[in-house]
Amino acid sequence: MTALSAPLALSVRGLRKRYGDVVAVDGLDLEIRRGECFGLLGPNGAGKTTTIEICEGLTPHDEGEVEVLGMRWSHDARALRERLGIQLQDTQLAEKLTVGETVALFRSFYRQGPSAAAVLGTVQLEEKAKARVGTLSGGQKQRLAVACAIVGDPELLFLDEPTTGLDPQSRRQLWELVERFKAMGRSILLTTHYMDEAQRLCDRIAIVDHGRVIALGTPEALIASLGAEHVVEFELEEGHEQAIDEAALLALPGVLATRALERGWALQVARLHEAVPALLAALAARGLPLAALRTHSATLEDVFVSLTGRQLRDG
Amino acid sequence: MARRALAQLTLVRFREFLREPDAVFWTFGFPILLAIGLGIAFRNRPAETVKVGVVASTSAASPELSALADSAAAALARTPGLAAERMPPDSAAAALRTGRVALVVSPDAEGGYDYRFDDTRPDARTARLLVDDALQRAAGRRDVVPVQETFVHERGSRYIDFVVPGLLGMNIMGGGIWGLGFTIVDARRRHLLKRLSATPMSRGEFLLSFLLSRLVFLIVELLVVLGFAVLVFGVPVRGSLVQLFVVAFVASLTFGGLGLLIASRARTLESASGLMNLVMLPMWVLSGIFFSASNFPASAQPFIQALPLTAVIDALRATMLQGSGWNVVLPELAIAAAWMVGTFVVALKLFRWR
Repeated sequence: MTALSAPLALSVRGLRKRYGDVVAVDGLDLEIRRGECFGLLGPNGAGKTTTIEICEGLTPHDEGEVEVLGMRWSHDARALRERLGIQLQDTQLAEKLTVGETVALFRSFYRQGPSAAAVLGTVQLEEKAKARVGTLSGGQKQRLAVACAIVGDPELLFLDEPTTGLDPQSRRQLWELVERFKAMGRSILLTTHYMDEAQRLCDRIAIVDHGRVIALGTPEALIASLGAEHVVEFELEEGHEQAIDEAALLALPGVLATRALERGWALQVARLHEAVPALLAALAARGLPLAALRTHSATLEDVFVSLTGRQLRDG
Repeated sequence: MARRALAQLTLVRFREFLREPDAVFWTFGFPILLAIGLGIAFRNRPAETVKVGVVASTSAASPELSALADSAAAALARTPGLAAERMPPDSAAAALRTGRVALVVSPDAEGGYDYRFDDTRPDARTARLLVDDALQRAAGRRDVVPVQETFVHERGSRYIDFVVPGLLGMNIMGGGIWGLGFTIVDARRRHLLKRLSATPMSRGEFLLSFLLSRLVFLIVELLVVLGFAVLVFGVPVRGSLVQLFVVAFVASLTFGGLGLLIASRARTLESASGLMNLVMLPMWVLSGIFFSASNFPASAQPFIQALPLTAVIDALRATMLQGSGWNVVLPELAIAAAWMVGTFVVALKLFRWR
């Protein structure tokens, strides 16, 4: 068990992968510490899935170094498979089998791990043990996928967009499951394009775009890097959209940065209580009628937007 | 521990199969239905009677010709194996066209007879011989040499006897190719193969689970189809049961190899089923399931004999119907085994887990 002494659960350096002319991963570096839940956050097509599948030993990479639990896929594939838990983005488990049979099947592949019944308890599917997989809801199927991933008692768990397409309640159930696993001191690499998910679950986050890490840190540090705690968005009545300029907005107290929206502006604001009255006064002085005004606390989404100029969901 | 995974994987094969009612029907029900249908269509009737029509004349009948026709009809009616019927000319022509009668007899003015029949039809030629013989005897012909007849109705030479080994071979081919090919391509399509390859599962055991489950299905299949054929139709099994089972076992692995090869790359069920039909269709037609492969021209025989299904069906027929031993069966098994080894080697080289 030399790997236990290794300080890192996962170490990726200078990773590159291209498919034909498309560069999916372009010099990506990652380090995941033991016991850490690490999030890869980025839009679709950013290279998250390619990166995670390279780390899972499912996709060969072109360049770079990948060390998982202190081991390499080229030498220790068999031993690594025993110690990793993997949930893939689009696996459809056999619909004719029952939940219990499916977990028992996956359990049989591993030398050690909890009993199938115990795993079903962990993912709260005990009462579905005899139900066919085909009859499960989306959230239940996803919890079953996680059950199959943790059935070998893995040291490192890979979750590739585990809550995409789930309803809010199912997403929360899955988050609790991840938190329980994390509480056992295991490491997790999670990809997502939901910033609330990353913010809630992850100790550290790498924001990925175009196959590279463009920002890295705890969710709080990343948001703090904006220097602004709040975002104010306002829209003007039609015909007045561009009637106020960037310089005038930046001159308002507490406004740190601006970004033009379709019919108004988004402002990154440090002191909301000073900025909003000043904004309203400035608009009133120019005789500009407001169509809409919104404020929210700065999120990872705002971090992404300020780094790339694009929304996460734009792809 | 490894054994436990193999047991689980094999159990999964059974569960998935048994929970798919269609698959159960096509494996066990279909060959029985086919055997029943063919058994009824080609049942050996007790000395079939041939129907013939007798008309006075093709045109307006004179009273003399009418009397001649009546006496001819009476003579024919006395002959075993013939059923004669007096008919007006129009309906006789229609009956001949539709095959309701095999031959139409009409007396002519010179005291002879006119036979009208299709000389390409076997029953019409039989009718011609029987009718001519009966009328010549009625007219006073005597046999020159005495002859004796002994009737032999032997099991094993009927059509149902011929077709049951063919159906068995066809079924083993379908089971192997569909059983492996469809299941594997479906698992790849669902990304389940990729998911399994991400576990410590032994890939050899994954493959072995298919072969083990095929083996069990094969035993059930043999018992059901063969048991039915023996009990209901009295189809003989003259050779050794062990030899029959070995032939079926090799056949099952051979077609399993073909199924694996077809499934080694295909990503969609459509492309896989296209490939399966492409592989199976020539054998359905050429390998002698329903009629002897020797009906095809001699130039095609080397190709036909090299097909795995031809080898398997020939070996099954030799074992069941002729009671042949290993010396006859081994060369056929060698052909099948060559296919088995070849397809497995290529399939494992080509195989994709995603």
